Amino acid sequence: MSVSFQPLLTRFVREPGSATLDFYRARDLGYEALRKAVTTLQPGEVIEQVKASGLRGRGGAGFPTGMKWQFVLKDSPKPKYICCNADESEPGTFKDHLLMERNPHLVIEGCAIACYAIGAKVAYIYIRGEFYHVQRILEREIEAAYRAGFLGTNIFGTGFDCDVYVHRGAGAYEAGEETALIESLEGKRAQPRIKPPFPAVSGLYNCPTAVNNVETLCNVPLVIAHGPEWYAAIGPEKNSGPKLYCVSGHVNTPGVFEAPMSVTLKELIFGCAGGMRDGRTLKAVIPGGSSTPVLLPDQIDIPASFDAIAKAGSMLGSAAIIALDDTTCMVWMAKNLLAFYRHESCGKCTPCREGADWLYKLLARIEAGEGRMADIDLLLDVSRNIGGKTLCPFGDAAIAPVVSTIRHFRGEYEAHVREGRCTVPAGWRGRGTAVMAH
Amino acid sequence: MSFHPQMDYAPARFHRSARRLADQGEPFAFTPERQAAFDRSVARYPADRRRSAILAALYLVQEQQGYVSRQAMRFVATQVACTPAEVEDVVTYYVMYYRRPVGTYVLAVCRTLSCALNGAERVTEALAEALGVEPGGTDATGTFTLTEFECLGACDRAPVVMVNNEHWQERLTPDRVPRFLEDLRARGLAALGGCLHAGAEPGDRAS
Ligand SMILES: Cc1cc2nc3c(=O)[nH]c(=O)nc-3n(C[C@H](O)[C@H](O)[C@H](O)COP(=O)(O)O)c2cc1C
Ligand code: FES
Repeated sequence: MSVSFQPLLTRFVREPGSATLDFYRARDLGYEALRKAVTTLQPGEVIEQVKASGLRGRGGAGFPTGMKWQFVLKDSPKPKYICCNADESEPGTFKDHLLMERNPHLVIEGCAIACYAIGAKVAYIYIRGEFYHVQRILEREIEAAYRAGFLGTNIFGTGFDCDVYVHRGAGAYEAGEETALIESLEGKRAQPRIKPPFPAVSGLYNCPTAVNNVETLCNVPLVIAHGPEWYAAIGPEKNSGPKLYCVSGHVNTPGVFEAPMSVTLKELIFGCAGGMRDGRTLKAVIPGGSSTPVLLPDQIDIPASFDAIAKAGSMLGSAAIIALDDTTCMVWMAKNLLAFYRHESCGKCTPCREGADWLYKLLARIEAGEGRMADIDLLLDVSRNIGGKTLCPFGDAAIAPVVSTIRHFRGEYEAHVREGRCTVPAGWRGRGTAVMAH
Repeated sequence: MSFHPQMDYAPARFHRSARRLADQGEPFAFTPERQAAFDRSVARYPADRRRSAILAALYLVQEQQGYVSRQAMRFVATQVACTPAEVEDVVTYYVMYYRRPVGTYVLAVCRTLSCALNGAERVTEALAEALGVEPGGTDATGTFTLTEFECLGACDRAPVVMVNNEHWQERLTPDRVPRFLEDLRARGLAALGGCLHAGAEPGDRAS
């Protein structure tokens, strides 16, 4: 099984020099989409084209990008802002990393077109602090774009001004949530704001703002260059355009794969990523990053699209597919992820701050063979008191691994309690109880 | 008191709100080069929004001092026009700032799922054993600080270790740990494999 599709976003990423402006101009879009937008289209027309393309946000929620831009208060006398979300912290996700490192000019061109569309003069690329090696490349190429006149003042002689700046975060998953990202950009803790008002009305510095994921913005130049009909024809209806999938875990060849959303989860795991390692069998799949409910092997012969995965009871999320083989203890897996969520909870909402910690403790107890049968229902009870009860979707994300593993693997939880030990030990796991540094 | 009858309240482990004070440190000011770098950063934000440059200022502090002291927080407060308490609020939230001196090399092993599935727990254990420290600690020679980090966004090259917030070593398997430490001791950051995709130009190498 393999997927025959000419990549559009990552076509040249393996070629030497693909990050440079010369390469981008010679082989890729080369800022011709930006030229087309600012010299032949009104900002409103750009938004209309993006709407007609059916482009949906690649950051996790799949919200239509054109609609998001339409909501931005354009008549406001205040400045408008684009925030490019390059926080990429959802466990299992590494696609924006590749785009920024190997095709930075596509990101920059996307930022500039987005600015033009919503009437912004400044875009901030909020990059996670850990991506310093990527930031250096991005900043160097932004410089090159300024020198060539694609950024700065009076771009293409049209009077359109646009600045793009990189803003380095400092280690916080929650900084990827759009209002927390804005708080962080303002120099505060990355904690979410109460919505409404939404960023489109009052975002960065209380000005109208659109927050878009890196991959989302990379699709915009394609829409403008080739037209919305061409774009909408790629992939299934309402799930249009090329999509980047990150496949990791127990697979032979983990990596980023580009395909239309008609590709199935099965093809991605067994075709693109070379199948399960060491000839082992697949036990479960996380389809869209750690915040999305797990699917069973008999549920993965479905298109990896927003709608098809939602129908199967999970989410495409950030398209981070983590394949788990039969050596994986599902209680251990939930514990591993809850260690993440309790550490990353920003602390603002009590159900999430306290609840994620409780879930972790209960899971650790069960995994160590010291749990009680009642703990399993207690996990579900605590989860019910987190889900939907927090300012941002972090709470829902944190309970997904717990609720979905209990749903599909309750027997494994019970076996841990009954036998007083982990019933699925694996050679790749630590020998002792790993101590978490807090 | 607890919010749930069956679970205890754990103020001692209060996630990001944990208010652990930083060391006091010596009086602090940027060197002229870092002051210039900070001035360039702050110019990216509207004139009345200097606070946006707080993370950049703290990185510069850490570069100069090795960690962020309370004296330095006071200095940063004057630079970005906010209170020292507001700076401390930020420093205690983000995990990439050190509040006390650390080893020459800070090894941050990714402990999240994809890395763990590929042996990250064993990597941490091997490093802890070789260095004689628990995660969070610094070895006796002051050369290495061992920490655990959450998903670094390179799960295709698991297990990943970040060094000093800027350098990476990908695919560090447990059996390669002794060699890894040896190489770091002998050659410093140049020993690291970096974290760039195939096809990267030599000049792109971060380490
Ligand atoms: C806890 C949390 C973490 C998030 N992290 C990211 C992230 O790292 N990158 C990202 O693009 N979106 C992230 N999001 C989604 C953003 O809030 C937002 O929906 C997205 O940036 C919008 O961009 P899009 O419309 O282009 O998808 C996160 C959301 C939540 C609730
Ligand atoms: S899980 Fe380690 S880099 Fe993602």
